Amino acid sequence: MAELKYYLVRRMITFIPTVLGVLVLVFIISHMIPADPARLWAGGEKAKPEVVEAIRKKYHLDEPYHIQFMLYLNDLLKGDWGKSPVTKRSVFEDIANYFPATLELALVSSILLLIMGIPLGIVSALKRDTIIDHIVRIVALIGVSMPVFWLAIMLQWVFYYTLNILPATGRGVAPQVSYTGLYLLDSILCGDFNAFTANLSHIILPAFTLSFIGIGVIARITRGAILDVLSADFVEFSIAKGLTKLQLYKHILKNALIPVITVFGLQFGALLSGAVITETVFSWPGIGSYTVKAINSLDFPAIMGSTLIIALIYIITNLIVDIFYAVIDPRIRF
Amino acid sequence: MADNTLLNVEELKVYFYTYAGVVKAVDGVSFDVRRGEVFSIVGETGSGKSVTSRALTRLIPSPGRIVGGRILFEGKNLLEMPEEELRKIRGKDIAYIFQDPSSSLDPLFTSGYQIAETMTVHATADWKNAWKRVIEILKDVAMPDPHKRAKSYPHELSGGMKQRVVIGISVSNKPKLIIADEPTTALDVSVQAQILKLLLDLRKKYDTTVMLITHNLGVVAEVSDRVLVMYAGRVAEIADVYSLFGEPLHPYTIGLLKAVPNPLKRIERIEPIPGSVPDMINVPSGCRFHPRCPKAMDICKREQPPLVQIRGGRSVACWLYAEKNS
Ligand SMILES: Nc1ncnc2c1ncn2[C@@H]1O[C@H](COP(=O)(O)OP(=O)(O)O)[C@@H](O)[C@H]1O
Ligand SMILES: [Mg+2]
Repeated sequence: MAELKYYLVRRMITFIPTVLGVLVLVFIISHMIPADPARLWAGGEKAKPEVVEAIRKKYHLDEPYHIQFMLYLNDLLKGDWGKSPVTKRSVFEDIANYFPATLELALVSSILLLIMGIPLGIVSALKRDTIIDHIVRIVALIGVSMPVFWLAIMLQWVFYYTLNILPATGRGVAPQVSYTGLYLLDSILCGDFNAFTANLSHIILPAFTLSFIGIGVIARITRGAILDVLSADFVEFSIAKGLTKLQLYKHILKNALIPVITVFGLQFGALLSGAVITETVFSWPGIGSYTVKAINSLDFPAIMGSTLIIALIYIITNLIVDIFYAVIDPRIRF
Repeated sequence: MADNTLLNVEELKVYFYTYAGVVKAVDGVSFDVRRGEVFSIVGETGSGKSVTSRALTRLIPSPGRIVGGRILFEGKNLLEMPEEELRKIRGKDIAYIFQDPSSSLDPLFTSGYQIAETMTVHATADWKNAWKRVIEILKDVAMPDPHKRAKSYPHELSGGMKQRVVIGISVSNKPKLIIADEPTTALDVSVQAQILKLLLDLRKKYDTTVMLITHNLGVVAEVSDRVLVMYAGRVAEIADVYSLFGEPLHPYTIGLLKAVPNPLKRIERIEPIPGSVPDMINVPSGCRFHPRCPKAMDICKREQPPLVQIRGGRSVACWLYAEKNS
C-alpha cells in the first residue's frame, strides 16, 4: 500500500494546476460579462454614485483583472473564500450550507444510476438482440438526447399536477439534529421516520431526472463489457472447470465492472453539471441553485466559490475511481 | 464394448450455422479411448480437432450445434445428459487444458483461488482444505515457490507457469480423462518439452487417461499409445503409434509423414502434400481427401469411404482398404 500513498501524493500535486486552470477560466468568463457589477451590487440604476464608488474600492474592482485575481488567490490560500457583496455573507459558509443538498442529490442519483443501469445492461447482454435489448438501446438514446429541464418539467406535470403523488419542489423537512447535512441520513439517525419519508418523496423526482441521462449510458457500457468478457477464453475454461452459473457470474461481473467504473466516474461529473438545471427546476437548495443565483447577481466571489467546490468534487471523484480500480484489478499499479 | 473403454464416440457431428453457410466442422467421427492410455488426435489446423474435443462435454458455442452422434463416457451418453449433471462431470471426471494459458485464467483472481474453486465447486475439498491442496498441487506441477505463487495473479506469472497452474486445475479433482488441446503450442519452445513431460508424469501419478491434441507429429510419436489422424472433420485412420509411423495406410497419413521429418523412420526428402485443406462449407464430394490424393479412384469422388477395421485393431477410412476387405 506504500505505492498507493506515493500515488496519492503525486495526484495531489497535479490537483493544483487543474484547480488553478479552472479558477482562471471561470474568472475570465465571469468578468467578460459586459455589465457593471458595482452598480448592480449597490442596488441598480438608482444607486448613488458615491456608494457605487465605495463598493468598487472595497472589492478592488478598480484594479486591473490580474491584480484582482491575485488578491482572490491570496485570500483563498489563507482559507478565505471571500464575502458575497450581494448577501453580505461568507461564501464558504453559504457553500457549506448548500453543499450537503447537492451531495445528497448526487449520491441518490448515483445509486439510482447504478441500480437501474447495471441490471439493464446485464439483461440486455444476456438477452442480446431480443426485444429487451432493443428497448434498453432506445432508453439509452432518449436519455442522452432528452433535455434535462424538459424531463424535469414533464415529471412534475405527471407526478405532481396530474397524479399528485409526489411533491414538485423543495427538499422536505429538516431533521431535528443535523449530523451530516444529508437529510435522509440525518432523519434515520434521529429516528424520525416521518421526516425520512417526506424527504424521500422530495428527492425522488430530481434524483431520477438527474440519473436518467446516465442510465442508458451505464446500461450500454455494462452490456458491451459483459459481451466482451463472455467472449474471453477464461469464461470457456471456467465452464470447462464445471463452475456453477453463480460462480461464473462472479468472474464475469468482476471483469465487466472495470469499464463500467470508468464511465461512472465520468457520469458523476455530468451529474454535477446537470444539477445546476435540475436544482433550479425543482427549487432544490443546493450548489446548483446557489450558482444560478450568483450568476444572476454577478456575485463574483460566490461564482468562483461554487466553481471551486465543483472542480474539487470532480477531482476527488476521479481519485476515488482510480483507487477503486486498483482494488479490483491487480494489474493496475501506481 | 471392451471393459477398458473409457470413452466411446460414435458418428459425432458438429455443424456451425454461419451466415456464409453450414460449416461441417466434425462430420461423423467415431473412436474409442481406453483407460490409462495417451490417445492423440493429429491433423492440420482447421481439421476439427478442437471442436471434436470440446463437443465431448458439449462445450460448443453458438452458432455451433452438435447435430448427431453418441458419446458414451463410462457407459453414459453425455449428449443426452441434463446440463446440471454434465456440469458435475466437467472439471471433475473430464478436465481440459486449453491451448493458450494466458487467456485461460481470470486476470482478477489469484492462481490459488482458481485452483481452489475447481475443487470446492465439485466438493472434493472445502475451502480450508482446498488451500492446503493448492500448495500440494503447485508442488506437483513443479511450480517454483508454491506458497508465493498461490497468491500470484496471472499477470505475475510467465507463460510456462500459467500453463502449470492450468494443469494444476485440471488434475486437482483427479479426473478420469484429461483433454489437452495443444497444451504447448502457445508456449516458448524452451518450456514446451518440460510442460509435456510434466503432463505425462502427472498422468502416471494421478493414474488418468490423456487425450492429447496436437499438430506436432514428433510429439505424437514420442508420447502416444494410439493415434487418430483427422482430415477435414473426418477420421482418416486410427492406429497404435508404431503401426502408424511404421506402416501408414491412409494416403493422407502417408503424405503427412512425408511432409515432416519422420521421427521413427528415415525418409529421403520432405515433400508437402499438394493442394490445400478444403473449404469446410463446400466440402468435396465422396472422400474429402480425394482432390489431393495421389491414389484417387472413381469411387472416391462419388462415395464417402466407411471407417473399416483392419488387422491389429487398426481402422482406416479409405476405398483402397474398404474394397480389399469387403
Ligand atoms: N465458432 C465457430 N464458428 C464457425 N466455424 C467454426 C467455429 N469454431 C470452429 N469452426 C470451424 O470448425 C473447423 C474446425 O475447427 P477446429 O476444431 O478449431 O480445428 P483444429 O483445432 O483442428 O485446428 C474449422 O473449419 C473452423 O472454421
Ligand atoms: Mg485447435
